[in-house]
Amino acid sequence: MVTSLLVPQRADSYFPKTFTPRERLMTKKKKNPVWAFFASVKLALFLLFILAGTSIIGTIVPQNNPARSYVEQYGQNMADLMHTLGIQDMYNSWWFLSLLGIFSLNLIVCSLERIPNVIRMVRKDNLTTNQDRLHKMGLHKTVPLSGSPAAAKQQVADYLGGKGWKTDSRDKENGTMFFSQKGGWTRFGVYIVHTSILVILLGAVIGSSTVAKKILHKPDFAFKGSVMVPESKETDSIYAFQTGNKIDLGFTVRCNYFTIEYYSNGMPRTYLSKITILEDGKPVPLKDGKTVHFLEVNTPLTYKGITFYQSSYQPYSDFLVTLTDKNTGAEQTSIISAGKQIAANDGKVSFGIINKESRGEAVQRIKIWFADKEAEPSTFWLNNDQEAVIKRPSGNYSLHAKQLYATGLQVTKDPGVWWVYTGCGLMLFGLFVAFFTSHRKIWAHVYEEDNQPTVIFAGSANKNKVGFEKVFATLVDGFKGTEQQK
Amino acid sequence: MNSSQLFGITTLAYLLSSAFYIGLLVFKNKKIGLIGLILAIFGVTVQTAALALRWNESYQIGIGHAPLTNMYESLVFFAWCTTLFYIFMEFKFKARVIGAFVMPFAFTAMAYASFAKGINQQISPLIPALQSNWLIAHVMTCFIGYGAFAVAGGLGMMYLLKKSAVKRGLTDNTLTGGLPELKVIDDLTHKTIVFGFMWLSAGIITGAVWANEAWGTYWSWDPKETWSIITWFVYASTLHARFTRGWSGSRIAWLAIIGFVSVFFTYFGVNFLLSGLHSYGSS
Repeated sequence: MVTSLLVPQRADSYFPKTFTPRERLMTKKKKNPVWAFFASVKLALFLLFILAGTSIIGTIVPQNNPARSYVEQYGQNMADLMHTLGIQDMYNSWWFLSLLGIFSLNLIVCSLERIPNVIRMVRKDNLTTNQDRLHKMGLHKTVPLSGSPAAAKQQVADYLGGKGWKTDSRDKENGTMFFSQKGGWTRFGVYIVHTSILVILLGAVIGSSTVAKKILHKPDFAFKGSVMVPESKETDSIYAFQTGNKIDLGFTVRCNYFTIEYYSNGMPRTYLSKITILEDGKPVPLKDGKTVHFLEVNTPLTYKGITFYQSSYQPYSDFLVTLTDKNTGAEQTSIISAGKQIAANDGKVSFGIINKESRGEAVQRIKIWFADKEAEPSTFWLNNDQEAVIKRPSGNYSLHAKQLYATGLQVTKDPGVWWVYTGCGLMLFGLFVAFFTSHRKIWAHVYEEDNQPTVIFAGSANKNKVGFEKVFATLVDGFKGTEQQK
Repeated sequence: MNSSQLFGITTLAYLLSSAFYIGLLVFKNKKIGLIGLILAIFGVTVQTAALALRWNESYQIGIGHAPLTNMYESLVFFAWCTTLFYIFMEFKFKARVIGAFVMPFAFTAMAYASFAKGINQQISPLIPALQSNWLIAHVMTCFIGYGAFAVAGGLGMMYLLKKSAVKRGLTDNTLTGGLPELKVIDDLTHKTIVFGFMWLSAGIITGAVWANEAWGTYWSWDPKETWSIITWFVYASTLHARFTRGWSGSRIAWLAIIGFVSVFFTYFGVNFLLSGLHSYGSS
């Protein structure tokens, strides 16, 4: 029913406000003004608001454009002001990073300030609860019992235990108090979320190329960069973004092949590079045991903590031609320009490219000129990236020709990414705990009223009170007092 | 029968459902509200079939992918999430008249998807960047969140409307008399925001993981990413204001509306006004 929703959300169920005098003293002792400033929720709200507000700037003002373009767009004075505030790269500016730093400090201090109270709440000795308080709780029910008081106590303890509420008990002057609780730890849910944000930010710091370069002085600890590798060529270094600094990989990457596949409507379907990793000039087998890796968008390749992404490409006007002597199996790959001829197979044959048909930058067909010393040269058209078998008096050859491309690889080393992922997982778990689980408590007090043993059940939960109401009702309605004995 | 015909039926069902829910608000006749609910359920059922059919159609033309890849498909999915979330809420909380504030969102999304200029309804092939299993996880989590926030925004408006009526001393016989109690609306707004926040967080996280797979960086302050974190900040503030400062009522209602404006800008504004990595979502 709608009315059952009217349970007020009480702030103090999350952040206990009632302290004993001793506790109050303890909290007071800590409170120097700086601590109090960082411990305040007001600061947290203010920071969330400021972070949200200032973040908008960078979505309106283009980021990381050349300095000139800001002058053209906003005028000299405005551009100077923007430069001073680092607006052209605002998410890395001193003031935005400072905001994030203060935000982290706020999170830490806020949590440290409150966690001791939560621990106290979780560890609280609930058996000291006064019997009269049970009658005042929102959820309570009194059931008369039969038999001796000792039997009644046993019955209550057995019943609650049998329903999964294992009880502690304590004898008091006017009866025996039983108590059981579940999910006390869920009171930490919100602090799990706070911790997760710190873990994510820590991961971002660990993976930051700026930190690696300027603080650790180890630019190869974490970096983001790129490199263009033409087909059949290899590289053992890449170039960092923004600075353009060269970074050694510690191994070699070769691009064997690059191609673009298209849908029938002309949209690109696949960008594919065939990549080989080499150590000391020898191909290294990867996880699947193969030395050639098919690199596509969305399927990066990681080797020794460095990840390669298919990110761009560059077509050339040169050609990559592979000639295989069918008799000997000898293979020779060459890069040749249009109009040039080269000799192959120990000078027995020579070939060249004398014409091409293109659509835009992409070559569709290639005209090959092929000769040996024993007969007239032959010329023929070959589709791009296809193979032709050539029968000549000097032997049989297969010739594969394609337009030369370079593959554009983005290369990243981010040792912080697993921290970030762990933080993300922790955040989802923490949010779930904070919002959808609760600390539930059940009390039962067995006492004698008019010489008859009686039990009062009472319960409370810090969240989802509607749900707990049903659990409580089912639990106490299932308990048969005197009726069961009849 | 193809998927676009079914989507047409869905749009009509949502229009009628909106009309009946508004009728419930005006005439306070429970039968009218029941028809609104039946139409919403009918619409969402047809739409589910249409989504499945469109998915299947994409395989038949050889470019199979989930129908979650452009503005048209995302609007349709947004309408689906919003309606489904609302129906669930009506069954759970029995506050029927809220439909008058929610179903128009679902109808508007469907109508805009079908009739607005520049929205391409064709099933188009996926560019390489979108060819990933993360696509479904990312879009679904985000849009379940968006759907919940749309409902929360509607609840916020409802709260303010009712509140102003109460202030002017208007009685139960007026238009707002049929609305739930202020405390009930307030509580539902809060619960809906909590639910949406959970899914928005999951949406941002799945997006980050995907971005790292596709582009080698989990966070690049692209306008879409930035606006999603702005939205996250807005709702995080709302939750903290409520839990720690005891905010409720009008202030939370306003925050629910501001939050939805931020969601709306994250979803639409970024695509149409700003440029960035998510630009393929704009047509």
